[in-house]
Amino acid sequence: MGIDRREFLKIAGLSAMMGLGGKAAFDLLVPGEVEASLKDTPLTQAKRWGMVVDMDKMNDEIMDRCVEACHRIHNVPDWGDPKVEIKWIWKETYEHTFAGQGHDYQGEEFKERNFLILCNHCDNPACCRVCPTKATWKREKDGVVMMDPHRCIGCRFCMAACPFGARSFNWGDPRKAPEELNTQFPTNRDYPTRTKGVVEKCNLCAERIAKGQFPACVETANEILKDSLVFGDLEDPGSNVRKLLRSRYAIRRKPELGTGPNIYYVV
Amino acid sequence: MLDKAIKGSQIYWGWIIFLLALIGVGFGFYLYQWFEGLRITGMSRDVSWGFYIGQLTYFVGVAASGVMVVLPCYLHDYKAFGRITILGEFLAVPAIIICLLFVFVDLGNFPRFINMMIHPNLTSILFWDAIVLNVYLFLNILIGWNVLSAERKGIHYQKWIKILIYISIPWAFSIHTVTAFLYAGIPGRHYWLTAILAARFLSSAFCSGPALLILLCLIVRKVTKFDPGKEQIRTLGGIVAYAMIINVFFFLLELFTAFYSQIPGHMHSIVYLFVGLEGHGKLVPLMWIATAFAFIALVILIVPGFRRKEGILTVACISVIISTWIDKGFGLIVGGFIPNSFEKVFEYWPTVPEVFISVGIWATGLFILTVLYKIVTAVKEEVAA
Repeated sequence: MGIDRREFLKIAGLSAMMGLGGKAAFDLLVPGEVEASLKDTPLTQAKRWGMVVDMDKMNDEIMDRCVEACHRIHNVPDWGDPKVEIKWIWKETYEHTFAGQGHDYQGEEFKERNFLILCNHCDNPACCRVCPTKATWKREKDGVVMMDPHRCIGCRFCMAACPFGARSFNWGDPRKAPEELNTQFPTNRDYPTRTKGVVEKCNLCAERIAKGQFPACVETANEILKDSLVFGDLEDPGSNVRKLLRSRYAIRRKPELGTGPNIYYVV
Repeated sequence: MLDKAIKGSQIYWGWIIFLLALIGVGFGFYLYQWFEGLRITGMSRDVSWGFYIGQLTYFVGVAASGVMVVLPCYLHDYKAFGRITILGEFLAVPAIIICLLFVFVDLGNFPRFINMMIHPNLTSILFWDAIVLNVYLFLNILIGWNVLSAERKGIHYQKWIKILIYISIPWAFSIHTVTAFLYAGIPGRHYWLTAILAARFLSSAFCSGPALLILLCLIVRKVTKFDPGKEQIRTLGGIVAYAMIINVFFFLLELFTAFYSQIPGHMHSIVYLFVGLEGHGKLVPLMWIATAFAFIALVILIVPGFRRKEGILTVACISVIISTWIDKGFGLIVGGFIPNSFEKVFEYWPTVPEVFISVGIWATGLFILTVLYKIVTAVKEEVAA
């Protein structure tokens, strides 16, 4: 699992207390159990969540599954039209993900290589600065850039301000999205759908983190290939993400703009 | 004084009914948007602001330009403008109302605008824009109405009005500066991220607003017995000339920075607007029309012999309005979004409902302008008689 080492140790400790041996807990921590054992503690305690996409391991199949899982869990409708589409997480080629950073002599294979894109949950997010109603804000305790679709007035200032194109607007009522593309909408009855006229975006699965579960994309990716998408606390020097960032070369999208993206790509 | 607005000729009433009809049509299309959402517009995930926000931007400029008659009158004691300050103030009022309506129709969920008051975010420029616009609206209604009432009664307006007038002068500059700050402080939108944007906004406001005011003065002279005055129009013409020259100069400064530095991000939007990018160029003809009209306007305005002939000045004013409207009311907003954050080109063009909703709002503004100007001219006629 792309799970934070210290968090893991806490879980292991916890499991030990609950009567499982440390080693046994280690062995038992397959995805389902991780969630079970995380239920009421540690995942909620990071100071700044971040993700590292390991591009050596990441591939199209994993990305597609991540996108599917996220959009299913969050009732993201498929409009089948780029004009009004809504996306929380998606694939984009290197050329466009890191616009302006490529060069003429890159192989097509690299240029066309897909990257996994989502909200960067920036340290200094422009979207939160411009929102007139605090409908989007940076959560102090763990750095998640939250979005309240009930307070949003739909001015779309945040969409203009986000340099990563991470935000989508409900140009129409999600329930009116083409039926043939959304045979079972809403796909998750435990998560709210949005109304027309509000902005939405990746919430880093705040609702899952609160329950001690990993973000849907992280869980999905790690089920397919361990550590392809690593999730952890960037403030904790001993965390899995920090270890990875120390030892491997990682880049972020548009760091020069000073928003402080918290999604890293190991290349 | 409102009674003055209900006594008019057949032409006056015909015009009023025509405007009401346009408002009705616009409102009908708005209901359609209300039920279907903003997807009936041309806006998209990539170009998330369009015609509406362009109009907001343009008409804040028109509103701010009222100061171009107020400032010379009260700070430079240029008495001639005393005759038409009320026209400037009562142009600002409908202009602000147009702005507010364009914000409303652009909101995805406009009844929730109340959230801006109960949960204000002080770092949001949009919040401050709402404040300065509303205060400016209030100032202009209060000042205009009181000064006009006093004039009607043949007395001098009260002293506290003078204080409001002095406040309204810097306030006019503030509204357009704040509007520019909506755009000029956003990371990653290179076309907007320029320190000179507020200055550009003010210069284009101070040519397009007075140009509109000149046209209104000429219409007022034609359809009422009140003559705003030859000297007044000539002075306004001079203001339009200087402001338009500065406006074009500022734009050329943008071109220099973008193209001499050769930084791709700074060039892309401008290239898209004027020659097209990656085979997309919907706005190219418009931008060249703007350029042509700017050129015509400059030739007329710079040559005093042309500028001082009211007939030719009219052509210049219309040219200025077309040119600045395309530049600020259309190209600036759309161009800022193209290419998008992935350096892809996704184009925008307004839809029919979008345009008709806009027409409805313009008509609302014109309706308010007509009523206010009717009152003003009736009072002026009465005082003269």
